[in-house]
Amino acid sequence: MSGRFVRVAEKGRRTFAIHIDGQRALAAEGDTLMVALLTSQDALRDSEFGDGRRAGFCVMGACQDCWVWTADGERVRACTTPAVEGMSIVTRLADREGLWPRL
Amino acid sequence: MAATVIVIGAGPAGVRAAQALVEAGLRPVVIDEGRRDGGQIYRRQPEGFTRTYEALYGTEAERARSLHRDFDALRANIDYVPDTLVWNIEPNAVHVVSGTHHRKMVFDALIICSGATDRLMPVPGWHHAGTYSLGGAQVALKSQGCAIGSRVAMMGTGPLLYLVAAQYVKAGATVSAVLDTSTFAQRVRALPQLLAIPSTLTKGIALMRVLKDARVPVHRGVTPVAIEGTPENGVQNVRVKQANGATLHVSCDAVALGYHLRPETQLADLAGCEFRFDHALQQWLPIADEDGRSNVKGVYLAGDGARVRGADAAERAGRLAALAVLTDTGVTRNEDEANRLRLQLQRFTRFAAGLRAAFPWPAQFAAALPDDTIVCRCEAITAGELRRVVNEMGAKEANRAKAFSRVGMGRCQGRFCAHAGAEVIAAEARVPLEAVGRLRGQAPVKPLPMAIATQADMETSE
Amino acid sequence: MSERADVIVIGGGIVGTTTAFFLRRRQRSVILLERGLTGQQASGVNFGGVRRQGRALQQLAMSNRALETWRRSRDLLGEDVEFMPSGHTRVCYHAHDAEYFHRYAADARDHGLDLEVLDGAAMFRRYPHLGREVLAASVSPFDGHANPRLAAPAFGRAASRLGARVVENTEVVRVDKEAGGFRVESATGGIYRAEQVLICAGAWANTLSTQAGEPVPLVARGPQMAVTEPVPYVFSTSMGVYTSIKKESVYYRQVARGNIVLGGGPPGPADPVTRRASVLPENTVAQLAQFVRMVPAMRPLQVIRVWSGVESYLPDSEPIIGPSSKVDGLFYAFGFSGSGFQIGPGVGETLAELLDTGSTPIDLSSFSIRRFQRTSSTQAESVTSETSP
Repeated sequence: MSGRFVRVAEKGRRTFAIHIDGQRALAAEGDTLMVALLTSQDALRDSEFGDGRRAGFCVMGACQDCWVWTADGERVRACTTPAVEGMSIVTRLADREGLWPRL
Repeated sequence: MAATVIVIGAGPAGVRAAQALVEAGLRPVVIDEGRRDGGQIYRRQPEGFTRTYEALYGTEAERARSLHRDFDALRANIDYVPDTLVWNIEPNAVHVVSGTHHRKMVFDALIICSGATDRLMPVPGWHHAGTYSLGGAQVALKSQGCAIGSRVAMMGTGPLLYLVAAQYVKAGATVSAVLDTSTFAQRVRALPQLLAIPSTLTKGIALMRVLKDARVPVHRGVTPVAIEGTPENGVQNVRVKQANGATLHVSCDAVALGYHLRPETQLADLAGCEFRFDHALQQWLPIADEDGRSNVKGVYLAGDGARVRGADAAERAGRLAALAVLTDTGVTRNEDEANRLRLQLQRFTRFAAGLRAAFPWPAQFAAALPDDTIVCRCEAITAGELRRVVNEMGAKEANRAKAFSRVGMGRCQGRFCAHAGAEVIAAEARVPLEAVGRLRGQAPVKPLPMAIATQADMETSE
Repeated sequence: MSERADVIVIGGGIVGTTTAFFLRRRQRSVILLERGLTGQQASGVNFGGVRRQGRALQQLAMSNRALETWRRSRDLLGEDVEFMPSGHTRVCYHAHDAEYFHRYAADARDHGLDLEVLDGAAMFRRYPHLGREVLAASVSPFDGHANPRLAAPAFGRAASRLGARVVENTEVVRVDKEAGGFRVESATGGIYRAEQVLICAGAWANTLSTQAGEPVPLVARGPQMAVTEPVPYVFSTSMGVYTSIKKESVYYRQVARGNIVLGGGPPGPADPVTRRASVLPENTVAQLAQFVRMVPAMRPLQVIRVWSGVESYLPDSEPIIGPSSKVDGLFYAFGFSGSGFQIGPGVGETLAELLDTGSTPIDLSSFSIRRFQRTSSTQAESVTSETSP
């Protein structure tokens, strides 16, 4: 499993499963959702305005670049949200069929 | 009847403010957005992580330990409200939200210790996935044990540039290059001011040694040309122009970018504080007296959230603001200690001026940004679009330009585009930066979930 | 030395800029004097609804004229003010309001506004995202919305290109009648002369109308606005709740970029002197509750900003439009009570016609300033079900 972020410390923590775009991935206890996503893949979302994939920026809850959609159609800010077992995140707008709005 | 004091922020300034209030017998409320205390520079790692204070905070290990330990000791005597965002302020009350629960908390005195975030100058391609702020690169390592990439280029200026690069090297991450827009000559000229805090010089030299030993290329006097990448894969390399005019390509899969810090002043703005254009800093800052009193009675400002002077200054400013609260509410008066703190802070002010001289904010880059450079990352608005509204619509002031171009309308509400945006407007309109003004602040300070509204909210409104 | 034109327009909001625009198309010379920058006040902060539905019947003629202008705005102005013919639908929660929908639809048809009223299964089929408390929906398919931050300034620039003299950063302090017309003086001593003067200075018009001996009970209020982050574009119709319960009366529109603009509920404080208006935190929270009630699917979304501004209201929530009752050649258009944006270009076109030719087929009698002349007092504030778009 390789992504954008590289774990250089605190390795060997207990892992648990999350889903990213329907695929199973492993997160480690203590990961923020941002780290859980970016240690498995390259990006968190698509820019709304056509300039490509985004992967966050400030990592401290200021820039608001890391808001992601959950598979339940909820919104979470990945860098300030702890990753939790069972989380399922959709990072590609094209895959959001039926994601939001929920009727 | 004891005054109700609310402290916003549990970083160095907020913790020391709370401590001073508790010492005087008060029970302050300490509200913090984060799950844990420490702010950014002394951010605590998640429970169960194993790195030592030395590994995490280097030369500042003892300060970090002291801050965390002292805050832990305070817990019994404060109302600690973590994981909670102050999203709005009215006279004598803050409005907070935690998850989807919201409430209003009244205060007699408010000490805002909201900290800072990175100050950014755009470069073409800085929107590519894999570009982070220097502070962000640091938090990823400090708080999550991650490097932002497998080959990280660090670009910008300021002491943080070298600090983060050295921290990455020590942690075993690969730093492709350190690209500093400032020159060695600028640093030498600033030496007298930097000597206000002599220990920083030795620390700086030690950082350079770490980089040298790891053979990390360090280039000074560079001009960023572009962060090259693709929409799908993000950052692939960085191109700069060196001091000698030659072009340098740095292969990387991540870039950490930053030019010092800028105070997070949104809460001061919402509290009604007046701002003044600081010519030395070329920024709008909330007005505060030496002790942190704003122009609003009962509202005090401390730490990097008012004026960036670093964590050590923030601890002192937090304490000084608390002393001001105690004096102003008639609880106690300690002029001797206040005087000591004021004197100490003057040294930090001098030092901060030295840092600015040594590592200047490259205002001149704004005018030279190619038209297709994104200035507002949130809304993907380019420098060319911003220039167009200046020229075709006569928008020479920040709010007018925002209304027409959307720069500043995105989720971050101008945090990362306002400074450079103003420089672009000033250059294009050929007016002084001060004349461009500053973006009007509005609630919510950060995104507010619609889910906070409950049945009770439907019933209780008039 | 003074500047001179056929008409001086005082106030550079949507009414002033469109009046100047239409006057130029009639070859009348015009000087527009704006204290700040065009479109900065109510015209720039309002919801942006371009809505005929819901207006008092006597407004519909000008409102229809306005819609024609909005539809042609890109060609007329040479720029995009983001008019979207999304349709406007108002919904209700109470049976008596549903009954009113049918009555209004019948009356409005006579005034050139065709509405369709839906309820029950047909309504939820058309609008599956509506909360289940909604009883009925009244649909105006050709209404829509536009970008209030862009519109008045764009009309101002178009008027300039046609030869209007648009003077910003110029506050008018005196309007005096003299032989041959008027002498208008600015705060910095600038003098402007014209045969006719139009006062369309929004919340500040009362100062000038009082100078002319025609004070009116104008009250400033702040719209409570908010906007979400950009989300996928799904709500193609602008919607609002019709109700006599103030806190329920919320409305939204989604723009092409994906943000959803939110407004409504009780207004907040606005001060014409400081030109500051605020959004009360409790109003924001209460408003969000009502949105989730109207459209439960909004619940996951994030609000990223609130704003307000200085709108001005008259006791009967109808504007003053037309000639002064005291001074020949002086005209007024202000007090749009939160509903001036859509109709603005229609008012501008009509005023241009009136000032140019001396008459207009549009009946302005119900908007006359005379109606406030009886005594200082008791215009009973009529209960308005919908004070905004």
